[in-house]
Parts: sequence; C-alpha cells; structure tokens
Amino acid sequence: MDKWEDNRAWFLVLPVFVIVAFSAIIPLMTVVNYSLQDIFGPGERIFVGVEWFKEVLHDSRLHEALLRQFLFSGMVLLIEIPLGIIIALMMPKKGWAASLSLVLIALPLLIPWNVIGTIWIVFTRPDIGLLGAAVNGMGIPFDHTASPIQAWITLMLMEVWHWTPLVALLAYAGLRAIPEAYFQAAKIDGASSWAVFKYIQLPKMRGVLTIALLLRFMDSFLIYAEPFVLTGGGPGNTTTFLSIYLVKIAVGQFDLGPAAAFSLIYFLIILLFSWLFYQVLQNAGKGGAQ
Amino acid sequence: MNLEWMAWTMPTAIFFITIVSILIAMTIWQIISPCMKRKGFLPIATTRGDRLFIGLLSSAYIHLAWLGLTPFTLWFAFAASLVWMGVVMRWG
Repeated sequence: MDKWEDNRAWFLVLPVFVIVAFSAIIPLMTVVNYSLQDIFGPGERIFVGVEWFKEVLHDSRLHEALLRQFLFSGMVLLIEIPLGIIIALMMPKKGWAASLSLVLIALPLLIPWNVIGTIWIVFTRPDIGLLGAAVNGMGIPFDHTASPIQAWITLMLMEVWHWTPLVALLAYAGLRAIPEAYFQAAKIDGASSWAVFKYIQLPKMRGVLTIALLLRFMDSFLIYAEPFVLTGGGPGNTTTFLSIYLVKIAVGQFDLGPAAAFSLIYFLIILLFSWLFYQVLQNAGKGGAQ
Repeated sequence: MNLEWMAWTMPTAIFFITIVSILIAMTIWQIISPCMKRKGFLPIATTRGDRLFIGLLSSAYIHLAWLGLTPFTLWFAFAASLVWMGVVMRWG
C-alpha cells in the first residue's frame, strides 16, 4: 500500500510554537542583546562587545559555583534515579494499596518550592525542629546554618525527599506498561529476579528513565528556591549555586550585562548536557531487548 | 510596535537573521531533497538537522573557549567555527 505524508499535521503544533516563541525565544533574543551591552536604564545603553563574557569566564566565584552545581546535580542523580527505581519496584501492583501508595508518594510533589525550603528550615532547626533536635539529642552537634557539610547534607535530604517521588512515579508507569507475557516467559525459563530486572524491566524503562534523568538534571541544575530559602547560599558561599549567584548579579547588583552573559553560558551548559544524556540513553541498549 | 525594551543592536540582529535564514534554507533543502540518517565521523548516526545543531552548539563552545583561554581576537574562533561547521555538515 502506498504511504503518503500529510504535512497539514504541522499546523497542529503551531499554537505550541507561538507560545514557545513568546515565552522562550523572544526572551532569549533579549538576553543575547543585553549580554553585549552595558545597560544603565531604559534607552541608555552602550555596546561593549564580548566584554561581559570575558569578565564572567574569568570570574573565580562563577567557577566555584559551577563546580558546586555539578557536584550537587551529580549526587542528586546518583541517589534519586536508583532510589526511585527501587521504590517503584517495591510499590503494590494493583488494588487499593496501589492507588494509596501513588497518592502518598506524590504528596511532596504538590508542595510549592519555596514552601519546601520553609518546611525544612523548621524541620532542621537545632532547638525545635524534629530532625535537628533529634540529631542534637543523640549527642551529634547539628546546625546547618553553621556547618557547610551539614548544610549540604540537609540540602541533599530535602532534594531527595522532594523529587525522588517523580522518578518513582515515572519508573512505576514504565513498569506497569510491560506486558505480562514477558514475565510469564521469564518464569518458564526460570529467570532470577535480577535477570528479570536486568533483561526485561530496565530495558523497558529506558524511555521513562530518559525523561526522569533529563528532568532531574535540568531541575537540579537550575535549582534556586529551595536552597535560597533554606541556606541563602551559606554558610559563606558553600551552597551558592549558579542560579543563586546569577540572581545576586542580576537583581542584587543590577549588572544586567554580566548577568545576561552568565545566563547564556548557563543555558549552553544545560543544552549540552541535556543533549548528551538524551543521546546516551537513546543509544544505550540498542540491539538488546526492545 | 516599540521594541526598545529588547535592546537590539546591529550585530545581534545580523546574528539572529543569519540563524533564521539557515533554518529556512534547511527547511527548503529538506523539502527539495529529504535526507536520511547516516553515520559519519561523529559517534552517532545523524540527520542534516542533527549535524547543524551539533555544529552550532560546538561553535558556541569554540567561541567561549577562545574567549576564556586566549587573549586574541574572536575572529580566529569565528573562522575555526566556520571550518568546523563545514566539516561536520559534510563528513559528520
């Protein structure tokens, strides 16, 4: 049978294209324009070429913030992806227990980001917070506002608590979409639980795990509200991530040119890593179980 | 329509007009002569659009690396990017 392409379908994506143009492309163009100028106010600007890019690229505080950001995102991915998969594997498959566990596990995702930070400030307070007071009660001095390591531990705990449910829900959806026939065939072959996971469940979850990895990388790399509320970038600058530093430059110092150059470099880093993750995951296991 | 808030300059206008022109040209090229995925020296099979994306993204990094690591004029990085772009599109 002859096949033909109906290109009219492209009109269906036109509304999305228009929305993206207004919400992303036009602001991005403006940022590019700002990154090459010294902006003093409306209509008062001087073209400075790539001066802001040079300044930003040689800024040691930006290098430190970038390293912190990579460390944070790397640790987040290393913890959340395996933990999310384990939770999804342990969740009930059907019945009321499945529905209940889905609702319970999704609860942290419903809380606004700034509220998450506030909850964890109270939760980890050394005097009245459930976690902070309990840890202090065990004889371990705990104060995330004074100790950089404890600030990082608290941030990681908060991030894992907040976002692992997303990975678990995506992995759960992937697991539930596997036809029962695969498991029956594995049972007939006498496959172990590990073999079932390695050769059936994991390859079949590749699509949803790609989405989970991309979302978690981009979100953790752009994280702002939670650490800003919880630690404010401190103690010192030890939890000052890229977004917090960017806001300090753009809003605190009102240096719009350097902030725009910084934003573009930030954007290019996220674009590169998202593309790399996407390619690696799309090409992983090619020729294996499909 | 007042676009003063976008703070346009001639170099950025030329930059974006060039990008849009490339995208239009690639679309017309695709309609006239549809491309298939192929494997070149890049580690993955790519379409023409993929190679354009890879070329543009790596060109941005070439410019940043040049700015961050050398004191010389950016025109060298621009020339290197043009050559790299051509190589990726032809043999990538």
